[in-house]
Amino acid sequence: MTAHAPLPPAPPIGVLVELTHRCPLGCAYCSNPLALERPAAEIDTQTWARVFSEAAALGALHVHLSGGEPTARRDIAAITRAAAEAGLYTNLITSGVGVSEKLWGELVASGLDHAQLSFQGTDKATNDRYGHYEGAWEKKRAFAAMVTNAGLPLTINAVIHRGNLHQVGAFIELALELGARRLEVAHTQYYGWALANRAALMPPKAEVMDAIALVEAARPRLSGQLVIDMVVPDYYARYPKPCAGGWGRVAINISPSGKALPCHAAESIPGLEFWNVKDHSLAEIWRDSPAFRAFRGTDWMREPCRSCERREIDWGGCRCQALALAGDAAATDPACHKSPHHAGIEAMAAAEAKTGPSAIRWRSYKEKVEA
Amino acid sequence: MSIAPTDRPRLPRGVKLRHDDVRGRWTLLAPERIFEVDATAAAVLGLCDGERDLGAIVADLAARYNAPPEVIEKDVVKMLDDLKAKRVLET
Repeated sequence: MTAHAPLPPAPPIGVLVELTHRCPLGCAYCSNPLALERPAAEIDTQTWARVFSEAAALGALHVHLSGGEPTARRDIAAITRAAAEAGLYTNLITSGVGVSEKLWGELVASGLDHAQLSFQGTDKATNDRYGHYEGAWEKKRAFAAMVTNAGLPLTINAVIHRGNLHQVGAFIELALELGARRLEVAHTQYYGWALANRAALMPPKAEVMDAIALVEAARPRLSGQLVIDMVVPDYYARYPKPCAGGWGRVAINISPSGKALPCHAAESIPGLEFWNVKDHSLAEIWRDSPAFRAFRGTDWMREPCRSCERREIDWGGCRCQALALAGDAAATDPACHKSPHHAGIEAMAAAEAKTGPSAIRWRSYKEKVEA
Repeated sequence: MSIAPTDRPRLPRGVKLRHDDVRGRWTLLAPERIFEVDATAAAVLGLCDGERDLGAIVADLAARYNAPPEVIEKDVVKMLDDLKAKRVLET
């Protein structure tokens, strides 16, 4: 008898690259880790170019150029060109702050396919408050105009929390006014900065349900004009989200220093060994790195996940959330109603929505708390 | 509104028909979306160049597949209407 090697995993669909953790904004729900990586640790243009070639050869189709603010890198046009030349569909995920007309022209000439622009509110006061940047509103609107004038598809991304939940309808109007083809209504997911600020951000359940209904009613009306994608707040959900589409199943996230992660928050799980793109090819990392193998598939699952009829739909939910809320990364995500912790977290969310403080810890390399 | 015989469908900027060599199939790449496309659909999209109108596209396909134009038209209109609703095809 000879042992058979396990089948190699199916190839990833997309790679999200955090090119830098530098960012002019200070959003309280930033998906970057609390321990932001320093600029000196960022990998260079040539290394990114190699990673893009490896990603395309491995089967990735989309690359998301993210951060921090990706355009804070002086070589962003060269990085974009390298990704486009590798044959990847290039998506720039940006705050729109700090992108000059000249730089935008270079990005378009480099083969950029799509821009996703964040807004923190639908009026200047709300937007600039939650982006923690005075004057962001005007810069974002100017950026949106540059994108549509160039004929590129524009997505507006709106992260939703207690402070702007009442603006979901206005976000739809804003996206239409700016000529976006797509709108993301992304209810805050509580990791990293958002977890640290959860009590200040958590919205009440009834208002969340109203906002979801509003989007669902708008979708058929706007068919052919605006695509609206929605990420629902999972503390109030019945089933968990299949985080990152299932661990090590469709996506790779790469940090500014080159660490390859199964999801952007994976470093919050102690004991995982992450490989760096400086030391390994992306194919090796995808197939063999301990972090990607740790929770891939269903073998790691315990009950109630193991025998659940949705185990290959939800993939057990989110490992980082299981750790954060149940104290065990291999537990069922407490967002699932089958988790023994589910009722507790919904009650906690409801309490925070009602009585949580308004003091926010703005994202920063420095520690800073302000009302 | 359904696509008309004189409309000239095209893929807008940011929407790309690509052969996915790793998986051995055609795909339509769009913002945050990947549509799997079978060989027939890829042939239809290959003709959506903004120059040909729907009538010309149907005639071309009818000749290529040796099928009645009215059958082809029905399928093509359904497919293109669906892609238009998803904001990945323009006329």
